[in-house]
Amino acid sequence: MEILGTQAPDPAGLGPARDGGSEPAAPERVDPWTDAALVAALIAVDPAGLGGVCIKALPGPARDAWLGMLRDLLPQASPLRRVPLHVTDERLLGGLDLAATLHAGRPIAERGVLVEADGGVVVLAMAERLTPGFAAKVGLVIDQGAVRVERDGIAALTPTRFGVVALDESIGPDEAPPDALMDRLAFLMELEGLRQRDVGEALHDRDEVVAARERLAAVTIADEALEALCGAAVAMGVPSLRAPIFAVRVARAAAALDRRDTVEQDDLTLAARLVLAPRATRLPPPPPPPPEDEQEQEEEPPPPDDGEDERDQQDDEDKPLEDRIVDAAQAAIPANLLARLMAAAERRRRTGILGRSGEQRKALTRGRPIGSRRGDPRGGARLALIETLRAAAPWQPLRRAEVALWTDAGRSPPRVLVRKDDFRVTRFKKRSQATIIFVVDASGSSAIARLGEAKGAVELLLADCYARRDQVALIAFRGKGAETLLPPTRSLARAKKRLAGFPGGGGTPLAAGIEAAHMMAEVARTRGETPSVVILTDGRANVTLEGIGGRARAEEEAKAAAQALKAIGVATLLVDTSLRPAPKAQAMAEAMDATYMPLPRADARALSFAARDAARTAE
Amino acid sequence: MAKAFPFSAIVGQDEMKMALLIAAVDQGVGGVMVFGDRGTGKSTAVRALAALLPPMSVVKDCRFNGDPKTHQDYCATTCEVRAAIENGATMEVVDAPVPVVDLPLGATEDRVVGALDLERALTQGEKAFEPGLLARAHRGFLYIDEVNLLEDHLVDLLLDVAASGENVVEREGLSVRHPAKFVLVGSGNPEEGELRPQLLDRFGLAVEVTTPKELETRVEVVKRRDAFERDPNGFLATWSQKESGEALRIRDARDRVQEVEVPDAVLNTVAKLCMTLGTDGLRGELTVIRAARALAALEGDVEVDEGHVRKVAAMALRHRLRRDPLDESGSTVRVQRAVEEVLGAEA
Repeated sequence: MEILGTQAPDPAGLGPARDGGSEPAAPERVDPWTDAALVAALIAVDPAGLGGVCIKALPGPARDAWLGMLRDLLPQASPLRRVPLHVTDERLLGGLDLAATLHAGRPIAERGVLVEADGGVVVLAMAERLTPGFAAKVGLVIDQGAVRVERDGIAALTPTRFGVVALDESIGPDEAPPDALMDRLAFLMELEGLRQRDVGEALHDRDEVVAARERLAAVTIADEALEALCGAAVAMGVPSLRAPIFAVRVARAAAALDRRDTVEQDDLTLAARLVLAPRATRLPPPPPPPPEDEQEQEEEPPPPDDGEDERDQQDDEDKPLEDRIVDAAQAAIPANLLARLMAAAERRRRTGILGRSGEQRKALTRGRPIGSRRGDPRGGARLALIETLRAAAPWQPLRRAEVALWTDAGRSPPRVLVRKDDFRVTRFKKRSQATIIFVVDASGSSAIARLGEAKGAVELLLADCYARRDQVALIAFRGKGAETLLPPTRSLARAKKRLAGFPGGGGTPLAAGIEAAHMMAEVARTRGETPSVVILTDGRANVTLEGIGGRARAEEEAKAAAQALKAIGVATLLVDTSLRPAPKAQAMAEAMDATYMPLPRADARALSFAARDAARTAE
Repeated sequence: MAKAFPFSAIVGQDEMKMALLIAAVDQGVGGVMVFGDRGTGKSTAVRALAALLPPMSVVKDCRFNGDPKTHQDYCATTCEVRAAIENGATMEVVDAPVPVVDLPLGATEDRVVGALDLERALTQGEKAFEPGLLARAHRGFLYIDEVNLLEDHLVDLLLDVAASGENVVEREGLSVRHPAKFVLVGSGNPEEGELRPQLLDRFGLAVEVTTPKELETRVEVVKRRDAFERDPNGFLATWSQKESGEALRIRDARDRVQEVEVPDAVLNTVAKLCMTLGTDGLRGELTVIRAARALAALEGDVEVDEGHVRKVAAMALRHRLRRDPLDESGSTVRVQRAVEEVLGAEA
């Protein structure tokens, strides 16, 4: 085995070169396209075993080139199926093939895309917008290696094994593919910023992939290597156990691709770099310097001399395998680790709203059936079989006579003659989701005395919302503007935590608060929810929309914002948080046509009733 | 379809395994809910359980898993076997594996409750009932992975059937009722969506699994998984002895569970425990006692003692605490505190 750190020619970048610094790890970053080409080859070798890859990149030449490369590497017979975002469950998992069923006069099952992709690769477009439900369905299929269909009178278990290429086209930190899906993919890769000229050649060809596939089953991995990968995962703070399992498989595939029967260190560092590093949640702790080093360092602190290189290599040899792997992978740990972690936490906080639009579109297919109507059973609507047959029944003698005219006598006509006009689809009723938007005045005037009470009141209301499974959202305003503390969610604990941690003080940008509520209410409505707004304030606006002090202007703007809110007809409750019922708050309530309720009199029960009333009038 | 990973080869996750074994010994304990991180072997464990369950005797050809003892009185009115026996045929009894039925997320209502048999309706013009997953799961286990993502109307339907033990179908011109008693097993990741409180209440036991933190455990998990994938048959052969030992243990425990004594002192302790925690109703107490009894049977004891109660208290009670939506301290901690208060700190 080569010593890690020699400058051996290594086009694949398998052994990252080390510089001579005494820092524990400073290997060069590997050219992103080289890694991308390797990932494509590895997936082609073992698509199902490695789960696949999540590619973060906007559509563009680099991504297209990569997909083209993967297509070229996959054996000819392997399917590569693209799944659009709004695929129906019938197409995804399979179900009843209506046209064939009617034609044949007996139930014919339709194969879903996931079954059709057996042995190949499924490309999921716009993965950042996939719903957790979709991820769970696909995840189930991946885990079981089979599709279990229990739909529309069809029950079947069809084995299928495929790799997934999830195309993550998210731009901001707000969006990301569902965690449940990412966890089942070996590689998380970024092609962002890669341009046409960065695109290089493939490192392998189809024949090499085919040879590697044959070799794969025979590749062995030493226990020590396996332990080292697990250790490296722990050192980098990778929680999921699937990651080290993938790392082991990647190391195997890499060895097979390199025409070897045993996993060597290069394979391990590669696996750590491609699988573990992108999932790192912390930088590995610097290894404690070996004792004999300490002596030296005391005498002569770090001026790196020419002999350093050699000693470093020496150290490298002595180091446990795990540390060497971690060192090699470290450069691949995303530089903006902290920012990423925070973005991920933020997303988790918001899972309540992610991918909602996808769900909404399915309103035709879920909920309680409430009868049927004439319609085309495509586009997600469900065929109401009995109603369809009932509609077809009266015409049977007529149609049979008609068919007899143009079919030859030998062939017997189908038993039931169903025409397109007969199709009936089931109608479903979906309970409209109530979304209550709390707008809390956390300014100095209102806050100092009453913020605690206002928070208490909101908590009571939250508990009430919880019982009714309403969604809640939190907006707070103080100082220069309004802040959305929590987008609509059902998670009460989160709402409470966010609220408790919000400080008070500063001016009263009431207009900004009302506008934020207004916008959120409109968004909720477009999602098909029923919003209502609860504002807790003393009504003493003194900060304008631009964030400048000035009572007269601020009040004017607040009034205008209130009227705008009134115009969209959302049920509103204004809780006056001033010590004594204040005329300003009352006037504000009038302006927005809100139910007015002074907090002094608003005990828990009264508040709860008022909020419920507000919500009910909205429905 | 991939072979199932052997139950006894699952590393760690003792509480989850214990809960599943208890449910296997005494189905009356109620369902098991497994909450936890991704990739912790939740569904692996549930699917592996199927291999350990001793067979049950069923009425031959009955599509509702009819129990020979009650078949003639309780099976579905549309059961062809029942009708045949009424007309003078003799009832044949056969051994069948205990069903562990998967309810996939994409399932439609008609397949869950059962519906018109499409094939016969289309080809023969007959109105016949095609039993659904609930009928298949009768007397066995119904497993729902990612249960918190299940559509609301399916949850409603399950709640109703789980409560009544009977599935009533009134649709598409059919009117059928048949027994559907099953152990509901759910798993899910709370990060992805919350579980309806009413549904949570249906589970007798609730366990929480977390990713193992110790390196040795993690290495062992990866090693076994790797060994299994490379040579499933060899791996199964290696573990077959352990597996049959475990299966035997379940069988023995099943035979003995009704004879395990519960001393009054233990009943008292359990009552005190539930009072300390302020759980509603008696279901908590009953579940603790049943689970402790099943555990005693599994461990070969003839009498339930405090040790058993200590082990099952958390899983039987943590989801029954009156939920104070504003109290975030974990329910597991609350149960532990109560256990220590009533039983004293663990020796």
